[in-house]
Amino acid sequence: MPPEGSQSRWAQRRTSWERFLLSWFALPGSLLAALLLGALMMAVLGANPLTGYHALFDGAFVGSYALGATAVRAAPLLLVGVGICISFRASMLNIGGEGQLAMGGLACAATALALPNLPSIVLIPLVLLAGAAGGAIWGAIPGAFKAYFNVNEILSTIMLNLVAVQIMNYLLAGPMVDNTQNSTYGLIPETRLLSSHSWLPILIPGTQLHLGVVIAVVVAGGAYVLLFHTGVGFRLRAVGISREAANYAGIKVKRTMVLAMTLSGAMCGLGGAMLVIGSISHRMVTDGSLTGFTGSDGFNGIVVALFGGLSPLWSVVSAFLFGGLLTGGDALQVATGVPADMVTALEGLVVVFVVSLEYMRRRARTAALAPPVTPSRSSRAKDDVPPLVGVGRAPGLGSHEASRTGASP
Amino acid sequence: MSHFFTYAVLTSTVAAAIALASPFLLASLGETMGQRSGVINLGVDGIMLLSAFSTYFVALKTGSLLFGVLAGVGVGMVMGVITAFISVTLKAEQGISGIGIYLFGLGFSDLLFIKLVGTPLPINELTPIGIPLLDRIPAVGNMLFKQTILVYLAFLLVPVFAFVLNRTTYGLKIRACGENPAAADTVGISVARIRWSTVLIGCTMAGLAGAALLLYDGIFMENLTQSEGFIAVALVYFGAWRPLGVMGGSVLYGFTIAVVLEWKSLGIIPLSASDLAATAPAVITILALLLVARRFRQPAVLGKPYERGG
Repeated sequence: MPPEGSQSRWAQRRTSWERFLLSWFALPGSLLAALLLGALMMAVLGANPLTGYHALFDGAFVGSYALGATAVRAAPLLLVGVGICISFRASMLNIGGEGQLAMGGLACAATALALPNLPSIVLIPLVLLAGAAGGAIWGAIPGAFKAYFNVNEILSTIMLNLVAVQIMNYLLAGPMVDNTQNSTYGLIPETRLLSSHSWLPILIPGTQLHLGVVIAVVVAGGAYVLLFHTGVGFRLRAVGISREAANYAGIKVKRTMVLAMTLSGAMCGLGGAMLVIGSISHRMVTDGSLTGFTGSDGFNGIVVALFGGLSPLWSVVSAFLFGGLLTGGDALQVATGVPADMVTALEGLVVVFVVSLEYMRRRARTAALAPPVTPSRSSRAKDDVPPLVGVGRAPGLGSHEASRTGASP
Repeated sequence: MSHFFTYAVLTSTVAAAIALASPFLLASLGETMGQRSGVINLGVDGIMLLSAFSTYFVALKTGSLLFGVLAGVGVGMVMGVITAFISVTLKAEQGISGIGIYLFGLGFSDLLFIKLVGTPLPINELTPIGIPLLDRIPAVGNMLFKQTILVYLAFLLVPVFAFVLNRTTYGLKIRACGENPAAADTVGISVARIRWSTVLIGCTMAGLAGAALLLYDGIFMENLTQSEGFIAVALVYFGAWRPLGVMGGSVLYGFTIAVVLEWKSLGIIPLSASDLAATAPAVITILALLLVARRFRQPAVLGKPYERGG
């Protein structure tokens, strides 16, 4: 608690500066800090950081081909990010995006293989829905375990990732394998070429930009409306802020928790479906690992959602940014010899910075509210938080208050 | 099935299970300390990856496994300082900052591996040491007493950790911080200091676990741990936050992996279904989490930063 009584004007000015830096500057600042540390890493490894970042930027955002590739990379990322927004808003920490992507991809591929002759206009929505259903089931399981048996959802979702990868390997090497391939060294674990009716149409010839990008943005808009302008969304957020209060208000808390995970899984499953029917090979292939299929999007999506302030709309911007970083990573590797894994390391740093700043921001806000100031000022301090820094109000991140109730028996 | 129940196969399976269990055990024991003090560290997997790489790199360059292990432990400690600063001093949300540490470790270890090593070469193996006399006991000797020094260390640390947690003042302070930090604070225990120490212990143990895993495999590769660090965190729940329980969980987990591998090589599990069989350890862990969540209570303020004046 900040000290009671008067504060000097200087101190007030200082806190308002702090507040400014920590509100508008917080998220861009954490990306900047991560990029600076990345430059340091490059320099230590004997590469020129300027050359590296220049190549990364060019590879991601310069020219229609690069922009198309970035948008296509961003689409599944955005869908996972939207799923994470929904679950984190309800205080359900869904770390199982990887597994949900894989199960969505499998359901989508199986549907496309089973009904190859349907016209595109029917088949594409159908396989996308199948993907969403696959992911939804894989999200609902840990959701129900958490709601009804109090099993930590972080751990159960990670365990389900490990189960999903083996199911994927089994199906793609066994029941779903392309047995028409003539290989003397055994079959490659991949499906047959999917029916061309299921391929996502290319929007601009000469680029990779396909319909999936539009679908992902529309879904993000829908998720925003759902979260902030419907009763369901209100219940999800209410449960996220306080399960006790939501329960007291008559909200069916357990059912809402399962719903949050189901919706979150459905979004990830949709992303998995997009990875399958939006792929260049038009098959589902496994190299034996989840990353081989997902490109770690289950984790990247968490970064996207956090950087987007757990808002589906800001996640569109954030997904495009991180899609660009991931696309440009290859150009970085070509130009400087620094492996593209650097982008994963940078993402980790961004996550750490964003959640660390969260505490300082909260402290700065309470400090700014404490001195006796005019009512308009103090109310502004509460409401003026831009949507970009919605993290500040995100339930999953605000466990300090929980510690107060938790500490007293 | 008949081939499985032979002397040689059974003893080698149990021996493999014990060896497989030890990296999990090392990481879980450390994580137990942190969780009993109220801090959940989900970055274990990333720390294990970083320390496994440094162990590999130093052992490859110097030819000394000892230096390699020391490097791995050192990296664990450095990551411990960072983790403690983030989750204790900055009071960040522990579930998510841990994922950040994981992503950093995953990306950075592979980056260094590709940049500094390139073509993977195997390093020397850690030679198993037979314990005099005990290794001559029929069956049991082959199973338990012909292991590497890190395996012995992991199992010897179980009673040490149990003693520290349950029978020392320091352990009492740890448990107080995990159950009622406000009360601990009132009687003059520095909650932050205790949590710093347990997180440091936990990350150092994670570093040791990474080194043990690397020496078991003998070579580094991308994502070497395959989420083993997360499993180690799950095993703490599995073991109901008690060192002995954690040991039981680790051994069961190691045993499941060893049996699946053995059955696969004996042809008891057909090749086509081997991927499905490989889900067994994760499925068993989920079921165990279900059972434990119903019967045991987790530390009261697990994952919640402590703030005065609440």
